[in-house]
Amino acid sequence: MTNNFEPLIIGFTCNWCSYRAADMAGTGREKYPPNIRLIRMMCSGRLDPMFVMKALSDGADGVMITGCHPGECHYLEQNYKALRRTILLKRTLGQMGVDPERVKLVWASAAEGVYLAKEIGIFVEEIREKGPLDWPSRKNPAISIVEKEEVSV
Amino acid sequence: MANSKTPSGKPRIGVYVCHCGTNIAGVVDVEDVANWSAEELKDIGVVLSRDNKFMCSSQGQELIESDIKEFGLNRVVVAACSPHLHEKTFRGACERAGMNPFFCEMASIREQVSWVTKDKKKATEKSKSMVAGAVNRVVYHEALEPIKVPINPTTLIVGGGIAGIQAALEIANTGHEVYLVEREPSIGGHMAQFDKTFPTLDCSACILTPRMSEVGMHPNINLLTWSEVENVDGFVGNFDVTIRKKSRCVIEEDCTGCGICVQKCPITVIDDEFGVGIGTRKAIYTPFDQAIPNYPVLDKENCTYFIKGTCRACEKFCATNAIDFEQQDEIINVTVGNIILATGYDLFDARKMPNYGYGRYPNVFTSMEFERLCNAAGPTNGEIVLRDGVTAPKSVAIVHCVGSRDKNHNNYCSAICCMQSLKFAHIVYERTGAEIHNFYIDIRTTAKNYDEFYQRVLDEGTLFVRGKVAEITDVPQNEAEEGKLIVQAEDTLAGLQRRIPVDMVILSVGLEPKGDSDEVAHQFGISCSSNGWFTEKHPKLDPVSTMTEGIFIAGCATGPKDIPASVSQGSAAAARVISYIEMGELELEPVRASVIEEICSGCKICNDLCPYNAIIFIEDKQVTEINEALCQGCGTCVAACPAGAIVGTGFSNEQILAQIEGLMMDFSVPEVV
Ligand SMILES: Cc1cc2nc3c(=O)[nH]c(=O)nc-3n(C[C@H](O)[C@H](O)[C@H](O)COP(=O)(O)OP(=O)(O)OC[C@H]3O[C@@H](n4cnc5c(N)ncnc54)[C@H](O)[C@@H]3O)c2cc1C
Ligand code: SF4
Ligand code: SF4
Ligand code: FES
Repeated sequence: MTNNFEPLIIGFTCNWCSYRAADMAGTGREKYPPNIRLIRMMCSGRLDPMFVMKALSDGADGVMITGCHPGECHYLEQNYKALRRTILLKRTLGQMGVDPERVKLVWASAAEGVYLAKEIGIFVEEIREKGPLDWPSRKNPAISIVEKEEVSV
Repeated sequence: MANSKTPSGKPRIGVYVCHCGTNIAGVVDVEDVANWSAEELKDIGVVLSRDNKFMCSSQGQELIESDIKEFGLNRVVVAACSPHLHEKTFRGACERAGMNPFFCEMASIREQVSWVTKDKKKATEKSKSMVAGAVNRVVYHEALEPIKVPINPTTLIVGGGIAGIQAALEIANTGHEVYLVEREPSIGGHMAQFDKTFPTLDCSACILTPRMSEVGMHPNINLLTWSEVENVDGFVGNFDVTIRKKSRCVIEEDCTGCGICVQKCPITVIDDEFGVGIGTRKAIYTPFDQAIPNYPVLDKENCTYFIKGTCRACEKFCATNAIDFEQQDEIINVTVGNIILATGYDLFDARKMPNYGYGRYPNVFTSMEFERLCNAAGPTNGEIVLRDGVTAPKSVAIVHCVGSRDKNHNNYCSAICCMQSLKFAHIVYERTGAEIHNFYIDIRTTAKNYDEFYQRVLDEGTLFVRGKVAEITDVPQNEAEEGKLIVQAEDTLAGLQRRIPVDMVILSVGLEPKGDSDEVAHQFGISCSSNGWFTEKHPKLDPVSTMTEGIFIAGCATGPKDIPASVSQGSAAAARVISYIEMGELELEPVRASVIEEICSGCKICNDLCPYNAIIFIEDKQVTEINEALCQGCGTCVAACPAGAIVGTGFSNEQILAQIEGLMMDFSVPEVV
């Protein structure tokens, strides 16, 4: 089973840099594995750790968080906030028994299509090595995402 | 699907899968994606799903329009190219059919699937999941109205070099008011320091000063020199700007610009600013004769009255009593709709390359020192002499690329130094007849009439050595080198080391971002490249806009360039501003955050997160509020609020969570209940 394991990866991109890098990878016909699915947000600062939890608990084997390079965020400095959140999130994941390396942060400017494609390829292989994620709470679905969803309407 | 909640009004979603000729259809089985969506996404609300050769064509758009009307669609998903390309197109089609355009969502199956995936089966699968993500997301879309902001017709221009001057005149000539803020006592920028300009060799002052006086006299231009922007608040259409007008100790209204104060001032100091250390000025001075405005500035650090408490010679002689030793800085508040930053450049500090001996050997000059030296209005009246002030050089070395194209300093090309070095070679040839050696890495003379100028300099007999200079030394190895500066370089064409003894060396130092470009960028809410140049919205297609609406950039502040390019950018930025002014109001994407008062616990966690200061704490109510006009919609606060009290339009939690679920659809995951 693990032999033909195809990891599923959710990628979060920001509208101004990394999403454009993905556009650029496309225009440049840079091939990368189809295992990643991208979600566009305005900025990496929009990344709510809940999104990552949701992805991992719902079946993703890895999550890639991308944004503009430090100092180049369209909203000045919000990617530093994403950076801090990601570090914290990885620590929490570790404490929950999830390998924190299943979450990866990659900075890519709008011009770095080739680089982003390469990084996606590397990450897919890293996750393939790790095998499918056995999300601890999937056996015990007490996770409060649904509740939170209800509250924020 | 796990999504149990559907918003008011049952969703009726139309899915359109584009072939893009063979761009998508060549890799993705578009028909399969369309059929699968119709079947599998039925429960979410898909009522029809089609594939089409070119969705962006007028026929494709009309298809959406007629379907909306015929089948009562209230949501549309287009699986095609990147939303950055055609989101506007499809939103437009929806709007024409009477639907709110924000009920349209795209899945980028060209850029993110067909163009980047080899395996056709997997490409088709990925496309399905992306359509599912978009369908799931669009369910949670809401009707939004674009935010309309009125544009204040007054413009602020920061920096009065040639780029800022050009922009100011263009805008002022259309009848709109301009505030031109310049840090130095006079406008003119670097161009005011030059003698001649390449490639035409017209006298710099002759072409520049008429423009400067036009600015000075223009009824629509409020010129604030010796001034700096202290604070900027607000957003496109309505920026509140605080400007500090530094004290000159001269009452501008009373000063006639006669210059008697300058004449009578007993203190002479080295002119380190405009004169780059070559030449002198008084303690009360105008930087150069044709300065605009021509009121002098009193330099308190060197003024005897400020040091010792006596003198006041200038005051005694001023016929109009315009000297005011007590004058304080003035704070001026203005409201403007748009801002152009034309803050120019600084020069590479040649002392950072000690092997070239600048600062150690008097006869090593920088390019700007040489500009002053050969300037007819400069300290030697244009006579080219060594640092002793009398000896004419018999041989001159001109070193290109100093600090440029150099991994240890600036890795970029400074764009103008080749031409500027050739200009110097020509001026030295014409005025001294000295032997000239240019040391270059490559000759870059690409603009109009530039290469012709190079040919001319070659014909004049200037000698060219291709190779980076390793060292400049005064240690002779033979008699011929005695008393000379020896330039040592590897001649990469001849394949040998050369030592060339000369009397004078000119270092063509590179252009660098202004030392404070980071702070200025931060103050105005724009970004800088890693080198420090202001970043364009798009390097090719939008070179004078920035990512921040209403802030434009022009001239060398965006990167090294020559005068024609700086002027063109000044005009281009002005054109952008004028079109905004003419439009009267601007439509912005309604991606904004707002706080639900009832849910906010008043924890203040979000309060420090906003770079635009849009988040305000209301003490009375003990809750947070977001100023919609200031919010730029990054979503950082939305993600941070532990109570989930902040909602972000266009990128709400529900929308993103639903999209995540959709994206994972075809991977059979046990449902989390
Ligand atoms: C030695 C030398 C020779 C050259 N010769 C030629 C030539 O012959 N032909 C040619 O085409 N090009 C030449 N160039 C290039 C030319 O100098 C530039 O293209 C041109 O000056 C750029 O104009 P600018 O308005 O963008 O910048 P600048 O001339 O640098 O003007 C910027 C202005 O903004 C002001 N400023 C900066 N920051 C602030 C702030 N925060 N607040 C308020 N004001 C601020 C500065 O004081 C300055 O007045 C030469 C360059 C050098 C170094
Ligand atoms: S983080 Fe949320 S709860 Fe706390 S002050 Fe801000 S809006 Fe209110
Ligand atoms: S979304 Fe971003 S810009 Fe808007 S209020 Fe929140 S932090 Fe500020
Ligand atoms: S906009 Fe890209 S990280 Fe903020």
